[in-house]
Amino acid sequence: MILKDCIKVLEAQVAVSVPDLEMDIQVACGADLMSDVMAFACASNEMLLTGLVNPQAIRTAEMMDVKVVVFVRGKQPGEAVLELARQMGICVLTTPLPMFTACGVLYSHGVLGKGG
Amino acid sequence: MTFSIDGSDFIHAGEASSGAKKALTKLGVKAPVVKRAAIAMYEAELNTVIHAGGGSAEVDIYPDHVLIRVTDHGPGIPDVRLAMQEGWSTAPEAAREMGFGAGMGLPNIKKQSDELLIETEPGRGTTVTIRINFTV
Repeated sequence: MILKDCIKVLEAQVAVSVPDLEMDIQVACGADLMSDVMAFACASNEMLLTGLVNPQAIRTAEMMDVKVVVFVRGKQPGEAVLELARQMGICVLTTPLPMFTACGVLYSHGVLGKGG
Repeated sequence: MTFSIDGSDFIHAGEASSGAKKALTKLGVKAPVVKRAAIAMYEAELNTVIHAGGGSAEVDIYPDHVLIRVTDHGPGIPDVRLAMQEGWSTAPEAAREMGFGAGMGLPNIKKQSDELLIETEPGRGTTVTIRINFTV
């Protein structure tokens, strides 16, 4: 599913944009515990959904080569988070959907979980 | 390469690992190896911030592997065997609020490493040495 369509189905706002809104999102993961994100590392997690609104969510995405971070439940990231994302070239979205629903919506549109 | 780890707050935690990741990538190390090194070092770096008020990291690159040595002068690990168990943690609430401190740090480091050495002395500090081979 291309990022532009993910934004649409997640009813998301783009907090930090990236040039390639056509990038293909095949694999995503959802977690509030960043160590879990790293413990279940897979080769191509393009998107991280989380309710953890702080710079470590962006740092974790950086370490994992995650290209898009989605903050769920309408949580709004602060400027420090957004600035770090800009520096790292990581796209940041905010969705009003809760975690379960956001993951479910993406899954029903073909985005998979752990890619191995 | 040597990195200083600022332990004053969680905002800057990860800067050393970020620098090492960029350097390894620039040197042409393959992406899956860079990711393993970045994850292991990031968890070790966070441990120094959570438990020891910061420390330092050395990253040495050899033809077939990378050695990452993260050192702090914190309280040490009283029981390494317990600390290696998933879910066992002595981290304060502040660490949990940042998405860490749930007892996954050392197990995660071990998972990503080809070799892991933990040298610790109560009251003196801890040095974690991580070897990651370049063969994928």
